[in-house]
Amino acid sequence: MSSFAVELKHVSRHYGAVKAVDGVSLSIQDGEFFSMLGPSGSGKTTCLRLIAGFEQPTSGSILLHGQEAAGLPPYERDVNTVFQDYALFPHMSVLDNVAYGLMVKGVAKATRHKEAEAALELVALAGFGSRRPGQLSGGQRQRVALARALINKPRVLLLDEPLGALDLKLREQMQTELKSLQRRLGITFVYVTHDQGEALSMSDRVAVFSQGRIEQVDSPRNLYTRPKTVFVAGFVGTANVVKGELARRLTGSERPFSVRPEHVRFATSAEGNRVSVEGQLVEVQYHGATSRYEVRVEGNQVLTVSLLNGEADEASLPRRGETVRVAWAPEAMVQLEQGGG
Amino acid sequence: MDTLPGMALPAPARPRAGLARTVANVLYRRRTLYLLLLLTPPLLWFGVVYLGSLLSLLVQSFYTFDDFTMGVTPELTWANYQALLDAANHDIILRTLAMAGSVTVASAVLGFPVAYYMARYATGWRKGFFYIAVMLPMWASYIVKAYSWTVILSKGGIIYWMVERLGLLPALEWALALPGVGGSSLSTSNLGRFLVFTYVWLPFMILPIQAAIERVPGNLLQAAADLGARPAQSFRTVLLPLAFPGVVAGSIFTFSLTLGDYIIPQLVGPPGLFIGNMVYTMQGSIGNIPMAASFTVVPIVIIGIYLTVARRLGAFDAL
Repeated sequence: MSSFAVELKHVSRHYGAVKAVDGVSLSIQDGEFFSMLGPSGSGKTTCLRLIAGFEQPTSGSILLHGQEAAGLPPYERDVNTVFQDYALFPHMSVLDNVAYGLMVKGVAKATRHKEAEAALELVALAGFGSRRPGQLSGGQRQRVALARALINKPRVLLLDEPLGALDLKLREQMQTELKSLQRRLGITFVYVTHDQGEALSMSDRVAVFSQGRIEQVDSPRNLYTRPKTVFVAGFVGTANVVKGELARRLTGSERPFSVRPEHVRFATSAEGNRVSVEGQLVEVQYHGATSRYEVRVEGNQVLTVSLLNGEADEASLPRRGETVRVAWAPEAMVQLEQGGG
Repeated sequence: MDTLPGMALPAPARPRAGLARTVANVLYRRRTLYLLLLLTPPLLWFGVVYLGSLLSLLVQSFYTFDDFTMGVTPELTWANYQALLDAANHDIILRTLAMAGSVTVASAVLGFPVAYYMARYATGWRKGFFYIAVMLPMWASYIVKAYSWTVILSKGGIIYWMVERLGLLPALEWALALPGVGGSSLSTSNLGRFLVFTYVWLPFMILPIQAAIERVPGNLLQAAADLGARPAQSFRTVLLPLAFPGVVAGSIFTFSLTLGDYIIPQLVGPPGLFIGNMVYTMQGSIGNIPMAASFTVVPIVIIGIYLTVARRLGAFDAL
């Protein structure tokens, strides 16, 4: 038996002419926190629904712990889902919601309520069992949905943008809790999100989706420092993607390259072996810890410079409209493929 | 702050002054006045015409009817309600109730799958087709439909012809020989009456159920399946409880419409009055309005009990 919790082999899901998922292959290790990241309509949620069994693939094969799952209905699969809008049963108490998975298996009421209590405790909602979902806040509903999905002790937990409806503070808190929960339970999390920060901070590995295809599967660090395609460089973090004539002049190659804004500095003259280019400063944005400077260079491309505030002498910094020179180390450049996106 | 040239914004358009605008502004600020204006006509209607007449009915059911002079005097008495318990009247109530109950159950059983299909599966022209198919019979005159059913159900009618062609005539005759169900022919049997009632009231069951199922978010059923519920289980534990208020709403229609009907019992089925016929006779032919009123109170009380029981069973928990 393979050690992969989930394997997708050349999986496609077409709706008429629309290819929601187009030949996706990926392998998710047992116990891994795996994220599927992409903009809306990139196929990540459809992929999750294929694993859950709500959709069936048009072609390809889906293995769950080495067993072919394509064709199996959701209730025959050893995976559980946390839904984006929680999907709690409004006519049941919180306790009955959590105990639902055991109820349909025919577990006796006393036993399943005891286990549901324990699951509620796991998500820090002990004592909330008698309430109705409608009486809970968004964050609490989120936790109930989590407890309900964990009651069947699935080996794979699927999470469909579970934090999307929460406000920023709560979202950050839940990110930490989800990650520590996953570590404690040791089960596989497959996490769908369009928030690259969320994906980077929580995941062991991330698959970046675009237009129904996977652009890159990698660790968060590699994804950020070694993006393979133009799309990944632009979607994960902020990147200066340099293309065309300018790219050729700077690197001697037609291939586009990316350089992160924090690796770009203002320079007074062409210095040493650093790559530099001249342009006009068109915009300055204050971001608290950092400031962003947008410099329009030849070919109408805009390069972003990110500087820590307080690091440089305020007075020496260029002003909007000035002509400036920006420079970066050659090793900060990452050559990209055009990719699908 | 330095602004870019050519970026001057045009002055915002000033709203035109006028009476309508002034009135609108006053109503916008004074919510109570607004609600008062909005609700006075319907409340007058409900209060005076609707509930008032019902109340007057209730009061008149306690008036005294003099059999000898055929006159009504406003002397309060329980006599009319005591008369309901007479064997003959009692029979009428039970007969009507049994029919209303059977029609309601049959409508729910037949209506639910149709409503389910309309709400969950039908899209585009199919959905439109089903709406029209369900509503179309309601566009035709009720009397015409009832009369045409007498033809359909009569000996030599299309149903007899079909049953005969299928070689099922003995089965039909066996069914018609059952006590309580049958009669000498389909059009003079309780079975025939039941068919006609179910036909005319079915749309009133389908539409509320359809609306209730439509309000159940699809992902609840996915969540149930995801947690291991087989389709029958998710139907029983999620869809049915959430759609049940719709079934109750529909059953109030089919139940009370059958309870109050007096035309179909005249045209189809065996002899024997329904509550509606009795009201009609008492009020129209005899002029015994108090007795007619007390008969009318019966369905009101029964529906009241029904709703209380439904509430106790948790039918409205999902609302």
